[in-house]
Amino acid sequence: MAHRIEVGLLDGVPDAPGDKIRRRILSELGIEVHRVLCVDVYTVDADLRDDQLALVAKAPLCDPVIQRSVVDVPLGNDFDWAVEVGFRPGVTDNLGRTAGEAIALALDRPFGEGEAVYTSRQYLLTGKLDRAQVDRIVSELLANGLIQRWTILGVDDYRSAGGFETEVPKVTGTGRLEVECVSLELDDRSLIELSRERVLALNLAELHVIRDYYRRPGLRELRAKAGLGADPTDAELEALAQTWSEHCKHKIFNARIRYREEGREPEEIVSLFDTYVRAATKEVRAAKGPEDLCLSVFEDNAGVIRFNDDWSLVFKVETHNSPSALDPYGGALTGIVGVNRDPFGTGQGARLIFNTDVFCLASPFHAEKLPKGLLHPRRVLEGVREGVEHGGNKSGIPTVNGSVLFDIRYHGKPLVYCGTAGLLPAKIHGRPGHEKKARPGDRIIMTGGRIGADGIHGATFSSEELHESSPATAVQIGDPITQKRMTDFLLVARDEGLYSCITDDGAGGLSSSVGEMARDSGGADLDITNAPLKYAGLAAWEILLSEAQERMTLAVPPEKLPRFMQLAERYQVEATDLGCYTDSGLFRVTDHKKPVTLLPMDFFHDGLPQMELEARWAPPPDGDSPPAEPEDHGEMLKSMLGRLNICSKAYWVRQYDHEVQAGTAIKPLVGEHDDGPSDAAVFRPLLDSMEAVAVSHGICPRYSDMDTHAMAQCAVDEATRNAVSVGADPDRMAGLDNFCWCDPIKAEKNPDGDFKLGQLVRANRGLFEICVAYGIPCISGKDSMKNDAVIEGRRISIPPTLLFSLVGKLDDANRAVSMDAKAAGHGVYVLGTTRRELAKSEYYDQAGGQGGAVPRVRTDENKRLYRALYQAIQAGCVASCHDCSDGGLGVALCETAFAGDLGMRVDLRRAPQEDTDRDDLLLYSESTGRFVVTVPPDKAKAFEKLLSGTAFSRAGEITGEKIFQINGLSGETIIDEPLADLKEAWLKTLDF
Amino acid sequence: MAKVKALVISGNGTNCERETAFACRAAGADAADIVPVWDLVAGEARLSDYNLLCLAGGFLDGDDLGAARACANRYRHARIAGGDKRLWDELLEFIDAGKLVIGICNGFQLMVKLGILPRLEPGDNRQTVTLTFNDSGRFDNRWVELTCDRESPCIFTRGIESLEVPVRHGEGKFIARDSALLDELSRRHLIPVRYCDPQTGEPTQEYPLNPNGSPNGTAGLCDPTGRLFGLMPHPECNTHRTHHPRWTPRPDLPEEGLGLKLFRNAVEFLR
Repeated sequence: MAHRIEVGLLDGVPDAPGDKIRRRILSELGIEVHRVLCVDVYTVDADLRDDQLALVAKAPLCDPVIQRSVVDVPLGNDFDWAVEVGFRPGVTDNLGRTAGEAIALALDRPFGEGEAVYTSRQYLLTGKLDRAQVDRIVSELLANGLIQRWTILGVDDYRSAGGFETEVPKVTGTGRLEVECVSLELDDRSLIELSRERVLALNLAELHVIRDYYRRPGLRELRAKAGLGADPTDAELEALAQTWSEHCKHKIFNARIRYREEGREPEEIVSLFDTYVRAATKEVRAAKGPEDLCLSVFEDNAGVIRFNDDWSLVFKVETHNSPSALDPYGGALTGIVGVNRDPFGTGQGARLIFNTDVFCLASPFHAEKLPKGLLHPRRVLEGVREGVEHGGNKSGIPTVNGSVLFDIRYHGKPLVYCGTAGLLPAKIHGRPGHEKKARPGDRIIMTGGRIGADGIHGATFSSEELHESSPATAVQIGDPITQKRMTDFLLVARDEGLYSCITDDGAGGLSSSVGEMARDSGGADLDITNAPLKYAGLAAWEILLSEAQERMTLAVPPEKLPRFMQLAERYQVEATDLGCYTDSGLFRVTDHKKPVTLLPMDFFHDGLPQMELEARWAPPPDGDSPPAEPEDHGEMLKSMLGRLNICSKAYWVRQYDHEVQAGTAIKPLVGEHDDGPSDAAVFRPLLDSMEAVAVSHGICPRYSDMDTHAMAQCAVDEATRNAVSVGADPDRMAGLDNFCWCDPIKAEKNPDGDFKLGQLVRANRGLFEICVAYGIPCISGKDSMKNDAVIEGRRISIPPTLLFSLVGKLDDANRAVSMDAKAAGHGVYVLGTTRRELAKSEYYDQAGGQGGAVPRVRTDENKRLYRALYQAIQAGCVASCHDCSDGGLGVALCETAFAGDLGMRVDLRRAPQEDTDRDDLLLYSESTGRFVVTVPPDKAKAFEKLLSGTAFSRAGEITGEKIFQINGLSGETIIDEPLADLKEAWLKTLDF
Repeated sequence: MAKVKALVISGNGTNCERETAFACRAAGADAADIVPVWDLVAGEARLSDYNLLCLAGGFLDGDDLGAARACANRYRHARIAGGDKRLWDELLEFIDAGKLVIGICNGFQLMVKLGILPRLEPGDNRQTVTLTFNDSGRFDNRWVELTCDRESPCIFTRGIESLEVPVRHGEGKFIARDSALLDELSRRHLIPVRYCDPQTGEPTQEYPLNPNGSPNGTAGLCDPTGRLFGLMPHPECNTHRTHHPRWTPRPDLPEEGLGLKLFRNAVEFLR
């Protein structure tokens, strides 16, 4: 029988989490609640005696100093409404797992099969509330129906019922579902229907290829011998669908594209990836020759570059958009712990050193009615923020860089970019650390978490648009501690040389991880009979395809297996032998000796037909209508500083641990009051060395509306100049491209798909050109192509978005530079030319400008400047350096001043410029390749000498009085504001 | 001269073991081993081989039952393989042998929940104080200034007047069982470090100078012998000038961060 243990605070102890919820109910829902108290509920589904229950209710479940607990009676009194929120069956319950372990230890009584602890959270609300308001509080703030269930009781019902009923959200499946065969000998319509029903996301051409393949007599014979019929099994079809999904195979990036651009001959592009991304890296590497940093690009789970003679740097950025739309907390949490496994599963396994996160969201202040099924942006924001907080902080990986962008078009699908870097020994037991290979005879070992129905169809689901009936199983809750135990253990196993290959179980689960590793050896015999399950009742295909988190798959040589297993047991990590790698040419799966799949490796991996797509592009109409020049430039500057895309993000940054591992030399917040916005982070991965890596990013989706070529180039330039700002060497950088697009396949329901594909072509060209010009290789990347939501018949598409993440080398972190002004008397220099490039700028959006020119990157000009600036920083001439991006020169100058808590006087006439004939245009143009730099007087001469040949000038100076003063083109003072007022405007927007 | 052998326990959610061990080494410890708690439980490593125990920061068991509570339960109950001793027994032997223990952040939470702080009487291992959610209800990563009680018996803070260090926690608010206990802790100088206002040097309740709302600015706690010490802020993350958030505007900051002094004091004491 199950028992309920309720744990609440003693009278008089303030309930900080409860009070935070009370504040959120007020600020987000506008409902006033007098008090919120939280009660933790442990439903112990184990055969325990009363004395045992009483004991564990006291300790470990209760903190004797501040809490009290009760068993099987209700704890609450003095409230008006009680709400209890628990998980739906099968949803990961981390707290329940920990409680179960703790109880078993305290009682010295291991839990038996089927025994478990389930947790829920009770909220006791006091206030004048009606039922409808409580419903709203629960459904819009406290719980998510996709993964949680809840009960609401008024105080009278609570009393008369004696509290809440005991509910055990146990998955009640039994045994194993039979393998089914699925005939593809159907008409086209039925085939499409089959793909839709099973969430296969296969198109008709692909279904035909599979059907035709299964007709081959040779295959039929082989299958007959193995005891399989002619039709594919459900597992085979599912495995093919996952492996061939857009998510895994990047079909659009590899498609044959017919591209038409106004006034030009049509062109054919065979694979955007090969033609632009891979080609750029190839050219850069060839041009660098012996200076080439790349060790492993586009092959493994993450890219690998040289850090020094002993260490390599591994870097990867992923997106987790679709799950984050459905459950922002769980989606973002799995996003971060998921991308952690990429560098961890690269080469022989890297120790994780930092995270970087970029979120694209709708405004949290969105006041209009939302389409059904979409969560309010404020809730998405809080959920995503908290998911990444828990994933990053609990894993002990500092979040050193990131940003948050707002655009209403992200409310259909928010973009959640999560990146992680790792440090890999250059050599492990004499083998290059970045190399690995599964060999025939190696055992297939799965470690970490268990398999459940969670995450099934993640890969295919994210290869579709979001719709009202998107599957809830795609939503998961990550478990950082299970993962941490696993990574701690595997690093020891790595250093003992206990495995020959490792990869993570992500999209496509075992089917994908074993399938990929089997390419090394030439086949695999996977036996899922003993696969560790969270609960019974799964079908073989579900076990194969489950994307349940916190798992890695390895290839362990049989002679190393006993030691591997011994260590796993000691570290309390589950590890299971699931068969062996072979060279049979087949991906064979069996379950209890029965065949589940028999897939020839070549068809499995290379049978996918190439897509053929149409693309077109036309430039936007000419014309530039700037807004009227502001009457009060000071007020305009304050409005600009308060804009969502410019204002302080300290609220986020402080809730992310950015200093664990003690390597963060330039932190995300810098300056006199630790709140200046850093352009990039500088991280020292080795505690006894000053060698460091700068990490930065660029993202400029607003420009996509004009031209994605400019959008892509501006993103790369922004990432580069951010890294240069803190002192990274522009000649030792590497990048990662993450494309998030709206569906670029033309269809009846997506009539401008060909234009979106045209935008993708332009973005790729832009990326290619700038990477080659700057000498920055892309070392890994990812694309996510279906960032649309179709809700109530309306399509909401994101603006085409490229995130360019970058790592750059610094030989000595002592040379790094921060963005805050350092002392009165320092000269203020503006580097780079400001041009009239305000299309889609923050300023035009603020003040109502239309059209205009989008910022273009002059790569030669910029590269010369970046190299010169690097020399100046190395020579110690630069006191501060800040890049000009959103909000242009005006915002960069102002941030430099208030971050240093120092005044500034600048004469706009002295800033390098071309055709910007108005103060506002000069202040807020977003031209690329510009910096605000401050220089101590005794270094001015040396600085100017090092910068000679670039566009720069001394435009003003840092002052001791806390006033920000700008003289305009007429020579008159146009801005004369107290620093504190400007900073206040910048701080207050997102000061939640 | 006695050898100083530091043990930093890792595993199960501990995150700061590397920088903590590094600080011990930089402070002059002869050895600073990072040992997974699992190796201690397996009997592969022994607490008794060391004389400085560091309980480092992290999220033990994910802090799922409240910070470090599940792990305190683990330490109390886990049996060491190959005998009938528990990890708890070895820990008490370590303490009773006059050795040093420092708990940082999650390690401090662990010490408190194990009842080895404040340990007003030897052998009294009841939990009488706790660390719980910050008043703000959120995790905070920011630098704070601590003022040290110069009359405290704490070995680690000897000779330090004030100290800048980062906090990185969501559950750092100190609560004593009752106000009498809180008074006693103050009176006996068992609160060696307090959050203070850098302008005045006085303990403060003002957020964010005091990041969690702990009464009397309580940032750490020691036992009456001064050998057991726990604190929420991270001294191991102020051991080099580039750790300081304002090292770029302060060219005169010394190369070595003041946080290292805590570890130096421990090493000196054990010599």
